[in-house]
Amino acid sequence: MRLRICCPAILSFSSKTQIFALGLPRTLAMDDARALVTSLRSAYTATPTKLKLIDLYVAYAVITAIVQTLFMAVVGSFPFNAFLSGVLSCVGTAVLAVCLRMQVNKANKEFKDLPPERAFADFVLCNLVLHLVIMNFLG
Amino acid sequence: MERSSSKAGNGQASKISASPDDDQGIFRRAKRSIDDLITQARRFRLKTKQQELLIRVSALLLIYVLAFATRLFSVLRYESVIHEFDPYFNYRTTLYLTQKGFYEFWNWFDYESWYPLGRIIGGTLYPGLMVTAALLYWTLRLLSFAVHIRDVCVLTAPFFASNTAMVGYFFGKELKDPGTGLVAAAFLAICPGYISRSVAGSYDNEGVAIFALLLTFYLFVKAVNTGSLAWAVASAFAYFYMVSAWGGYIFIINLLPIYVLVLLVTGRYSLRLYVAYNTLYVLGMLLAMQIRFVGFQHVQSGEHMAAMGVFFLMQVFYLVNWVKSMVEPKLFQAFLKIAVIVTGGAGALALGVGMATGYISPWTGRFYSLLDPTYAKDHIPIIASVSEHQPTAWSSFMFDYHLLLFLFPAGLFFCFRRPTDATIFIMIYGLTSLYFAGVMVRLILVATPAVCLIGAIAVSSTLKNVCGLLREKPVGKVPERQGKDKSKGGSDQSIPFQREACIVVLAGALYLLTSYALHCTWVTSEAYSSPSIVLAARQSNGDRVIFDDFREAYFWLQHNTPPDAKVMSWWDYGYQITAMGNRTVIVDNNTWNNTHIATVGRAMSSYEDEAYEIMRSLDVDYVLVVFGGVTGYSSDDINKFLWMVRIGGGVFPVIKESDYLNNGEYRIDAAAAPKMLECLMYKLCYYRFGEVSTEYGKPPGWDRARGTVIGKKDFELEYLDEAFTTSNWIVRIYKLKPPANRK
Repeated sequence: MRLRICCPAILSFSSKTQIFALGLPRTLAMDDARALVTSLRSAYTATPTKLKLIDLYVAYAVITAIVQTLFMAVVGSFPFNAFLSGVLSCVGTAVLAVCLRMQVNKANKEFKDLPPERAFADFVLCNLVLHLVIMNFLG
Repeated sequence: MERSSSKAGNGQASKISASPDDDQGIFRRAKRSIDDLITQARRFRLKTKQQELLIRVSALLLIYVLAFATRLFSVLRYESVIHEFDPYFNYRTTLYLTQKGFYEFWNWFDYESWYPLGRIIGGTLYPGLMVTAALLYWTLRLLSFAVHIRDVCVLTAPFFASNTAMVGYFFGKELKDPGTGLVAAAFLAICPGYISRSVAGSYDNEGVAIFALLLTFYLFVKAVNTGSLAWAVASAFAYFYMVSAWGGYIFIINLLPIYVLVLLVTGRYSLRLYVAYNTLYVLGMLLAMQIRFVGFQHVQSGEHMAAMGVFFLMQVFYLVNWVKSMVEPKLFQAFLKIAVIVTGGAGALALGVGMATGYISPWTGRFYSLLDPTYAKDHIPIIASVSEHQPTAWSSFMFDYHLLLFLFPAGLFFCFRRPTDATIFIMIYGLTSLYFAGVMVRLILVATPAVCLIGAIAVSSTLKNVCGLLREKPVGKVPERQGKDKSKGGSDQSIPFQREACIVVLAGALYLLTSYALHCTWVTSEAYSSPSIVLAARQSNGDRVIFDDFREAYFWLQHNTPPDAKVMSWWDYGYQITAMGNRTVIVDNNTWNNTHIATVGRAMSSYEDEAYEIMRSLDVDYVLVVFGGVTGYSSDDINKFLWMVRIGGGVFPVIKESDYLNNGEYRIDAAAAPKMLECLMYKLCYYRFGEVSTEYGKPPGWDRARGTVIGKKDFELEYLDEAFTTSNWIVRIYKLKPPANRK
């Protein structure tokens, strides 16, 4: 199962194919989808560059995880712990980056009092723990 | 008088008034110095906040010491010895760890148990307890305290019980306020439900695991409340400690998804929840997979799939929320429809494919029997035979919780009144754990922290309200309020005799809490402080007599048998024989191989010649049975015999339970079934018992545990020799005769 965190490109591709598969009235659904895509695109360009950077990092991590899974499907899953550590390191760092994005985003009222330096320090610490465990798990 | 004289003449007055002035001067100086002292003492007088801190810290210190001290009954009455059966295995492995080091321990293959199969101990145990005890031992040694590892093992559980009480304090503080924390810590320190598995000497996984459980929950709730990644990482480490300590971590990995789902459904989702749960899930799962016994279960076992499902659900949920914040509602509806259909379809597809191909294993019998209590009796007799796995009676609940049982609904009421994320968590934890505690006696232990916390919420909220009412200043007559004729003062809502009612409530609370403390101490002293390896009884003249037969038998084995001798006994005693007798056993308490145990069960229930063939095939040299006929000890092998038959019959259909019953009744007297009187277990237990007079006025061969005379008294053993019987006949050891010459 793929993590669908971000990137409008992936979203628009899948929404188009799904609508074809469901056989909804094509003209209406296509218009809807197109309007959805354009509004998403315009809203996304308005986000600050810092957040877009984090989103790019998340996209990279998710794509790496997908590539590893496809590779495993081709060559087999032995040794399983190596596969798991590879995929989980990508998934883990994507999740942590999303948490960082949430904490740094000024639009979130819940994290108003959290200084962004503290958020980044937490992010680095968690990534350190994650990769230490991954290195132990790689075998 | 002095003043008038001093007024009269100043010159002389100065000389004359020197002596009366001295007296007054002394008086004035004394008064001044006392005033100085008082002002100095006032500087040390604490402000209210500091007073409160002092009271809290001293209360916590006392609770810490109390939690440790109340668990020491058996050490004071008997000696510092390890109790029960399972702790002996833990002790043996800890000993191995301290002697040989971590690498040898982690890769240990034990050839002394489960002959001839052996056991991969390194990969089939939960190392948390052993590593904790070893670390404590090495720390104490480093500080040059020359302690023995056995003493460290005996006292590990009380030490961690004190720590659990401290974590209970912090958890209560997080739930409501420091007052709740103090009450929760006090309840936890002496609650019998927890004491039963954490007395000094009970060196078992639960002693450390409950600490890890409560710590994980506390850190998770803290992470949800603050939304900080640091607390979430800490909770992941606490979860790792829990996974390393006990198989009950399944409870955590299933409770957290349920909690998240409840929050999502009730609309209390927040970004803090995302941070807390996802960090704990990913990091916790990775850390948990470092324990070899757990392995890849987090991604392959059906019991862990709920957590993964909720993980993906959260990603979808927050993606949808993020899109919602960016587009207008009409378009968002379309997007929502697509997202729901895609997610539902993909999830169902993945689950279906996983279960159909068998990649995701279904729920194992151990945990399935929690959902369906009748499952074990029909399908897995070994699980059903353990006494701790029986459903709980009401009396057990009252015995183990006392007052907390009544405070639990009251606490739930207070939680419902002003629900926060933390109180919703404790409610879910309390309700699910109480359900499971009703299914299995052993799980009362898991419910104890929740019950203590919820009870503490009830007590603390009630006392806070009552004390608040008590402290209100009565406002006397209120003349400007017309139409209100109140003679007793207070606010509009005050009831008559308010102060008196508050004092009555306080006195009642004092009485109830005192009776709780007395009950807990009594229960600890009477019921949970017996090292079952040493039995005690009272003679008719009141003297205490100690039966140390078990250790007598094991040490006889150690000193009088060849080092590679193999001992066959029922699986209950396996760990003790390996740890204290230091001999190879056929089956032990790990019960990982049902067929091997069934073979032993079949041997015990067969006729002597058939049993001899089975025992020769297993290379058995000695057979050990436990017999309570002389002392009246009721947990002996004759009372367990039907379980041996059932387990043996589960694998070998030649053993039928009905053969051993007479009209459905299990008897060992003259009316017993004929196969019962001829089977190996009967012969081994009652050999030469027909000559023994056990009670005054009863015929010889009177079995005190069953209360009858035995059915067959004079018989000889054809294939075994009696090797050793302990002084009170509790443990009997027989040696196999070598095969006779061919005729």
